[in-house]
Amino acid sequence: MSGPLILSGKRSSFWPVVVLCLGLALVPLVAVLTKQGHWVSLTTQMMILALAALSLDLILGIGGLLSFGHAAFIGLGAYTTGILIQEGKGDLFIALPMSLVVSGLFAFVTGIIALRTRGVVFIMITLAFGQMAFFAAQALYAYGGDDGLTLDGRSTLFGLKLLSNKIVFYYLTFFCLAGCLLLLQRLSRARFGRVLLGSRDNAVRMETLGYDVFRVRLVAYVLSGMMAGLAGFLLANHTEFVSPAYAAWQRSGDLIFMVIIGGVGSLWGAVGGALTYLLLEEGLSGLTEHWKVIFGPLIIAFVLLTHGGIEGVVTRVRDLLDGGRHD
Amino acid sequence: MLKMHAVETGYGDAQALFGIDLTINEGEVVTLLGRNGMGKTTTIRALMGLLPVWKGQIEFNGQDLTRAPPFLRAQAGIGLVPEGRQVFPTLSVEENLVATAASRFGNKRWHLDRIWQVFPRLLQRRNNRGNELSGGEQQMLAIGRALMTNPKLLILDEATEGLAPLIRADIWACIAALKAEGEAILVIDKTIQALTNLADRHVVIEKGRVVWTGTNEEFLADHSITDRYLHL
Repeated sequence: MSGPLILSGKRSSFWPVVVLCLGLALVPLVAVLTKQGHWVSLTTQMMILALAALSLDLILGIGGLLSFGHAAFIGLGAYTTGILIQEGKGDLFIALPMSLVVSGLFAFVTGIIALRTRGVVFIMITLAFGQMAFFAAQALYAYGGDDGLTLDGRSTLFGLKLLSNKIVFYYLTFFCLAGCLLLLQRLSRARFGRVLLGSRDNAVRMETLGYDVFRVRLVAYVLSGMMAGLAGFLLANHTEFVSPAYAAWQRSGDLIFMVIIGGVGSLWGAVGGALTYLLLEEGLSGLTEHWKVIFGPLIIAFVLLTHGGIEGVVTRVRDLLDGGRHD
Repeated sequence: MLKMHAVETGYGDAQALFGIDLTINEGEVVTLLGRNGMGKTTTIRALMGLLPVWKGQIEFNGQDLTRAPPFLRAQAGIGLVPEGRQVFPTLSVEENLVATAASRFGNKRWHLDRIWQVFPRLLQRRNNRGNELSGGEQQMLAIGRALMTNPKLLILDEATEGLAPLIRADIWACIAALKAEGEAILVIDKTIQALTNLADRHVVIEKGRVVWTGTNEEFLADHSITDRYLHL
């Protein structure tokens, strides 16, 4: 789990973040100019999953904790939002905080148990909690059960149907993603992030230096769960539909792939990885219905050849351009 | 300052310590001597909370730490430079130090600038990652990191092991400087020569028991101790 890391001081993630954000900010403009309206909706969906992948990278990349149930938080955020909308309380200022609270609480309770374990046991416990959320959603017969639930519309803003506008919703998603990315970048450079990263290297050492590693990890886990819950809120609004599939373990697996493709622990890499993963999926599935036969080997080859995913490639290219200016 | 009383512990079912008594006073440099496998590092692990204490008591500045988790012991003022250095490989030198800085405990005797003063070498390498350092540099970093927690008691477990003679001399000079400042230090090391230049008291451990304890003068006067307990 030791991918290249941005925290070594000499590698700045400033330009990749700027390029990513600028690129995403310009998508609607380009889409309108080229009359490719569906790009806006497609990219919105991609950014929502990128946000979920980003939140996973906090605990997986920086914390070194492989959570295999991360989609549960998306599901919780989505169902909270969906149910509130169905009950006529879907205003942004109710649904959004409620989604965060519910996913955060779930992270807190499951984290207290799961974070006492390590390695394979941690993976299995998070998977089990994830499956619990999945089956709970399936059992919600009043809200569609197995079939999922088609919503009456999107969240309103003080009663206004502002979010139903594709462009408005695009930029809402964009600001959520960019905001979370910047927040996590800052946090990872602060003492909190360094302690989390140091605990990944050597938790016992961090304990003997005076840190309650369990508590630091729990804070990171809750924060990560809440960010995935935010992605769930956005996803329910975007698709105007919620389904148990949002919380399925396959989705958790997708998120792990996105983080690995991007470069574990680099944060912006997780965003890049998610976009790459989903673009590939989109492109390949347009070619043939057996696209997964191509997709799987392609992902494996990519991970094997790049050593550290997108972030690793970008870093090596920059090192080349720098011409060995640092030793 | 530190009182370990009749501490027993072990690994699984295998008992390793059979009642260790260890006292360290303010400003005192005490060594823990003994052949390999006699329980020196185990004593440190019990002291730091990395092994559960089966029986006995550990008291530090009047605070009972017998059952406290490691992080509370560190916060109470015990700073450990572990065997094998164990710097954080993916953090830079500066991050290794800052991450552990103990301004959070109130006492700020040690801060980044002072570490740079004591170890100018680390300042040159401040942006390098932990795994990009030489053994000597890693050792300096491990000591600096422990100092940044502003410990009242500094524990050095094999701090000069595997280092070139010149670098060893640097480390010993640094430890001497810390002693001159009144830092209480517990040292484990194999270079008895260097230890006798520095220590106030020695504690010899054999098979998990304290078999001899006395002042540096007493130790130097009695060669049979070295022959009996320390030579292979």
